[in-house]
Amino acid sequence: MKAYLSITRLKFAVQLQYRAAAAAAFFTNFFFGFVRVMVFQAFYAFSSLDQPLTMEQAVTYTWLIQVTFRMQPYWGDTEIMQMIRSGNVAYELSRPLNLYFFWYCRLFSSRLMPALLTGIPVYITARFLPGGYALSPPDSAAAGAAWLVSLFLALLLGCAISNLITISALWTIAGDGMQRIFPAAIMVFSGALVPLAFFPDWSQGLLKLLPFSGLMDIPFRFYLGTVPASDILTSGLLQLTWIFIFILAGVWTMNQGTKRVVVQGG
Amino acid sequence: MPQITVEELRKSFKVPERKGGLFSSFKSVVKRKYRTIHALKGVSFKLDEGELVGYIGPNGAGKSTTVKIMSGILVPDSGKCEVLGRVPWAQRQEYVRHIGVVFGQRTQLWWDVPVIDSFDLLKDIYRIPPAAYRRMKDELVETLSLQSLLYMPVRQLSLGQKMRCELAASLLHQPAILFLDEPTIGLDAVSKIAVRDFIRKMNSERNVTVILTTHDMDDIEALCSRIMVIGKGTLLFDGDISRLRNTVIPERVVKIDFFASPLRLDYPFARLVASDDNWAEFRFNPTETSAAGIIELISRDNQIKDFVIENPPIDEIVARIYSEFDL
Repeated sequence: MKAYLSITRLKFAVQLQYRAAAAAAFFTNFFFGFVRVMVFQAFYAFSSLDQPLTMEQAVTYTWLIQVTFRMQPYWGDTEIMQMIRSGNVAYELSRPLNLYFFWYCRLFSSRLMPALLTGIPVYITARFLPGGYALSPPDSAAAGAAWLVSLFLALLLGCAISNLITISALWTIAGDGMQRIFPAAIMVFSGALVPLAFFPDWSQGLLKLLPFSGLMDIPFRFYLGTVPASDILTSGLLQLTWIFIFILAGVWTMNQGTKRVVVQGG
Repeated sequence: MPQITVEELRKSFKVPERKGGLFSSFKSVVKRKYRTIHALKGVSFKLDEGELVGYIGPNGAGKSTTVKIMSGILVPDSGKCEVLGRVPWAQRQEYVRHIGVVFGQRTQLWWDVPVIDSFDLLKDIYRIPPAAYRRMKDELVETLSLQSLLYMPVRQLSLGQKMRCELAASLLHQPAILFLDEPTIGLDAVSKIAVRDFIRKMNSERNVTVILTTHDMDDIEALCSRIMVIGKGTLLFDGDISRLRNTVIPERVVKIDFFASPLRLDYPFARLVASDDNWAEFRFNPTETSAAGIIELISRDNQIKDFVIENPPIDEIVARIYSEFDL
């Protein structure tokens, strides 16, 4: 157990060294958030129909996407994937550990820390923008609490997805395939491109059941208050189910992978 | 009972193969050709506790594959391998606690944090009790003189400094067996000697079994009493160095300095290999004649100033084996 804590701690410490990266990420996230907010403003200005979200809600949703950007599983663990490509993974395999959970802990730190380092500044800055551009506070205290719980589950889910992407590199060596399929699916089905509320009614049920809504849309709906905080039990269970499925898939893939491993480069 | 038993170990890899050029690249999209490489074709040996064995062979002979199977990283196709009473790949997680591994061409240290952070992580990974950890760390720091390196980020260390840290890292948990895969690769003379001294010390003082693969014959000569030579996936020789010499090149070398140009250099039983104004090198077979006899014969005709008798360089012996078996 201590080993897993230790790797989490060390990875935290490493992340803290990258101050310039955090600052750069802050500016890009903020800039892109601003652009997307302006797109929404244009959309609402020229739309005469009733929309599923108010403009304030859409703008807040957009900022929340930016705030949580760096915790999303758009990539696997690039360091581990590099180790697989170069053959350095041999050392990882010579450790008395459950490699799945060891790598999971690495991911947990390398997702949480950057998310905090850039997410919090983006959140605070966006809160104090002039009206129309600003990130609104959570709908209620209960909504805020449900949001935090749901967001934590989203982080765990994201790490499970990331780990599966990482482990897939044991097969494909380059690991690019999974690394492209997953982000595309995440972009569309999590709400990162367009909030899921804007999708056609017939697709709503399916979208919610897919694993990707648990990364952004479910937590964000709690924040906006468009679903009651009491829904946390059912949606939390849904997120937990997907976390469990992705962990199982990852563990299985890892076990198969280590049986047929070939160490690159002699 | 031997500590390591390897019997009839086999392992093959499937590698995609194609001719160079764009056309064959297209062809391989449709139909991929694989070639099976037999890395190990039935290797067997036994090792006892506390042995220091050199495992040599040309590139691609199967050295690293054997080491990776013994350290639980690769799964063989068939054959038996038992180390410390365990099957490495089947009981990997429990087994690797008792071994240490160093791959000379790779690194286990965290690149962008001080060395000590990597050590502390290993302490938790191997669940080393704090007192034992402190004692072992202090001893390793002392013998490998790491005092000034511990608090430097790994990326700023030289290759030799890094290798010393790698060695320390793989011994923190006091393994019973140490697998060293080319630990001296790329090191300068001073670092090589430091690494060798350390390996010798760990072997003799802590009775750690060491399996060392290398291309540096000086490593072998300095360290190993037993050598295993592997080529094309089979074990060609297993025994001590002197037996290897006697079977491959049983000759001895005599190098002689003369006071003046030698008058005569052709003698029975002593083959002249090279000579200069007042210097000559002979080879002789100790089963046919004795060193004293040769020196005596030569000193009758020439004035000998100084002489040395030595074994042919181990490099030459190994090159001879490789060429004999067409490796």
